[in-house]
Amino acid sequence: MTQAIKEENEYAAAFRALQETAERVAPAWVARLREQALARFEQVGFPTTSEEDWKYTNVAPIARASFAPTFDKTSDDLTPDALAAYTYAEAAQSRLVFVNGSYRAELSDLRELPAGAVIRNLADALTSEHEAILRAYLARAASIDESTDGFTALNTAFINDGAFVYLPKGAQLSAPLHLLFLANETNEQTAIFPRVLIVAESESAATIIESYEATDESVYFTNAVVEVFVGANARVTHYKVQRESDAAFHIATTQVELERDAHYDLTTITLGARLSRHGIHVKMAHAGASCAVDGLYLVGTGQHADTHSLIDHIAPHCTSRQLYKGILDGKSRAVFNGKVFVRRDAQQTDAQQTNKNLLLSTDARVDTKPQLEIFADDVKCAHGATVGQLEEEELFYLLSRGLHTELARNLLTYGFAEELVEKLKIESIKAQLDEAILNRLHARLEV
Amino acid sequence: MSSIELLTNKEYKYGFVTDIESDVIPKGLSEDTIRLIVEKKNEPDWMLEFRLKAYRHWLKMQEPKHWPNITYPEINYQDVIYYSAPKQKATKASLDEVDPELLRTFEKLGIPLSEQKQLAGVAVDAVFDSVSVATTYKEKLKKHGVIFCSFTEAIREYPELVKQYLGSVVPTNDNYFAALNSAVFSDGSFCFIPKGVRCPMELSTYFRINNAESGQFERTLIIAEEGAYVSYLEGCTAPKFDRNQLHAAVVELVALDDAEIKYSTVQNWYAGDETGKGGIYNFVTKRGACRGRNSKISWTQVETGSAITWKYPSCILQGDNSIGEFYSVALTNHAQQADTGTKMIHIGRNTRSTIISKGISAGKSNNSYRGLVKVLAGAAGARNYTQCDSLLIGSKCGANTFPYIEVMNNTARVEHEATTSRISEDQLFYLMQRGISQEDAVSLIINGFCKDVFRELPMEFAVEAQRLLGMKLEGSVG
Repeated sequence: MTQAIKEENEYAAAFRALQETAERVAPAWVARLREQALARFEQVGFPTTSEEDWKYTNVAPIARASFAPTFDKTSDDLTPDALAAYTYAEAAQSRLVFVNGSYRAELSDLRELPAGAVIRNLADALTSEHEAILRAYLARAASIDESTDGFTALNTAFINDGAFVYLPKGAQLSAPLHLLFLANETNEQTAIFPRVLIVAESESAATIIESYEATDESVYFTNAVVEVFVGANARVTHYKVQRESDAAFHIATTQVELERDAHYDLTTITLGARLSRHGIHVKMAHAGASCAVDGLYLVGTGQHADTHSLIDHIAPHCTSRQLYKGILDGKSRAVFNGKVFVRRDAQQTDAQQTNKNLLLSTDARVDTKPQLEIFADDVKCAHGATVGQLEEEELFYLLSRGLHTELARNLLTYGFAEELVEKLKIESIKAQLDEAILNRLHARLEV
Repeated sequence: MSSIELLTNKEYKYGFVTDIESDVIPKGLSEDTIRLIVEKKNEPDWMLEFRLKAYRHWLKMQEPKHWPNITYPEINYQDVIYYSAPKQKATKASLDEVDPELLRTFEKLGIPLSEQKQLAGVAVDAVFDSVSVATTYKEKLKKHGVIFCSFTEAIREYPELVKQYLGSVVPTNDNYFAALNSAVFSDGSFCFIPKGVRCPMELSTYFRINNAESGQFERTLIIAEEGAYVSYLEGCTAPKFDRNQLHAAVVELVALDDAEIKYSTVQNWYAGDETGKGGIYNFVTKRGACRGRNSKISWTQVETGSAITWKYPSCILQGDNSIGEFYSVALTNHAQQADTGTKMIHIGRNTRSTIISKGISAGKSNNSYRGLVKVLAGAAGARNYTQCDSLLIGSKCGANTFPYIEVMNNTARVEHEATTSRISEDQLFYLMQRGISQEDAVSLIINGFCKDVFRELPMEFAVEAQRLLGMKLEGSVG
């Protein structure tokens, strides 16, 4: 709890700088929110492994390092063409780009925007006619109170640039919207605080890709908070692709609130970062809502990937599905902690949760903790978790057909992931993932 | 509307108090209390040291109040009597010398202590408050080399064995309640099955709390040498009192090469009344060490009593090819709270474990399964299968599953499955249209739900357990 003591000075200094420079533009309530958030961070600091939720993930390296947020718009020479490796063809004309946390209008492209929809930089929206919407929704799902963890508090203290997506009643995004968070020419002190607010009013629909990319393999710290509100009968399909540098720290929180009969679909793909943690919290406080929260983590030597999900069934007749798959190679470690919480009134809940892990090396380690907490009786809830390796018999079958051992192993590994890959509706992401899995294959064949 | 409606519990029939003169020490806990217990029991110095060491650890420890899914008011450890023994003659050469009032008490509990009346083939050690009052069939067992006696007697007669194994599975500083137990434990059972012996009969201990203000802190130690086998049963009851009583036991099992220990518990401590007043706080540490190759430890528990159950019978699978099993039925009703499960620690190669847990919650109770499956880096070929099912009866109860799975070896296979549901209307309808009354139908379904566990119990216990579940859930039709 007290790890923050040393570091808070660095964060506090950056905080004062932000409050002073932005004071002229940001409304008073934003300044107050930041103050509250910083106070909360100074109170709780970074979590330690003695806290049940952080039992298997030690964030001491983040607390020890001297990260400091910067808000200078760097004068790099990035051009839209240079971003080709990080963008998706499906979202060629609907894209917001943030470099080291700062919004870059010249790299963004919003030509394909339906009437009424608002997609813009959060910092700009705060001083625009949309302020009232922001005031109603910002820091509502990821609120600052007695239960806020240090990371969410820290991100909120530095709310500035970020993505603001507002879909009024009935608006439908024709193409997927891509929110690209790129780390470029970072140094060992770079701390990035991406913030995303998605408000989808009733009967609207959108597909949103949130991706984290890096141009080199340096050390930096990303601390993201994403808030999603899905209105009655609205539908949000959300992809989170995390391809940070292999030396980076990535802590992300996704907070979702669903209205009546809303549907939310999240797929998380975790490939990068030295230490990553994704917390996903879906609150279903209105009847008939449904969500599907899936994920695939593929980690190798030196990587640690942690997923924490909490599906909170508050209202009756809600459905949730979770499927998380992990592939671990080398000396890597993965953590899965999923909780399905069915409250007293949430009768007729149908909840399923599955976590499957494939260990490819003797040094890999998995800690999985799927939990059910159920206080209503007329429910259907099930969870399952497995940890295993490739089947000897399946391997033998492929070898007997003349396949090279490594190829056979990779085919089976691919087969393990396929259940999730197949569900992806965006071809470019599918291709990207295929490549990530197949790259391993090439790497192995060359040996 | 749900057609299953529970009415009240049948009266807790073990809730009577035996009027007997007791030797009671004053309330409170300090080093002096421990010295007094040692003096009362005439124990050697090494026991005093063991206890004091544990007590000093305990003083520094924190009560585990945050992670378990249970709530209870602060326990005042100074308001507990740590030693209460029925007054009786110093030595009891035969059962005839045991106070007839005590014999009647156990008779009433269905545990006759006179050997001719016994269910053949079960040896019993009866523990009343802080001391063991009688152990049956001792002579017959001795012929086979099996030692089965009270802990006090073991310390006196077999100090070397006790010294070697006491605290070797559950160290004195293991956890808050184990440390407390190590400091003040008063009696319990000791079993030693020598090399190659298959224990000719089932051994059992019956625990009874009688004094309203005393806690019970008993200790059980079972050692199965190479190739030995023993099946051990444990039963517990207590009178009905309005105040909560503390029960903090420690059970240690040691299985050497090719040995097998089967440990079965039917726990029916007083659970408090419908509003949650009174009842036993059952904070128990049970752990078995499969030290030898091919050894096996199997825990079977039927937990129906206690206001609070905090209990995780565990297996440390150290020997190669060793096996750990855990079969549990935990039933909570009214205001009961249970946080129970197991730990399987895979250390040796090709170690296997099976966990079958069935939780039934009714009334306003809260029932949690909490289990750890840990596969260490050296446990190549380890295998675990876990199944936890919960059944909810009524809409005011809770059922939770908290499995922890930690795998550090890629040749391990770990599977965990859990479901939560209620008794389905279809199943009920099917049984009822065959002319089975609703109450019987519910009972049939619940027994079916628990069958995987019941069939692991020794026969007499299985009958008892089924009856107990029926009684606890005695409900009826709306």
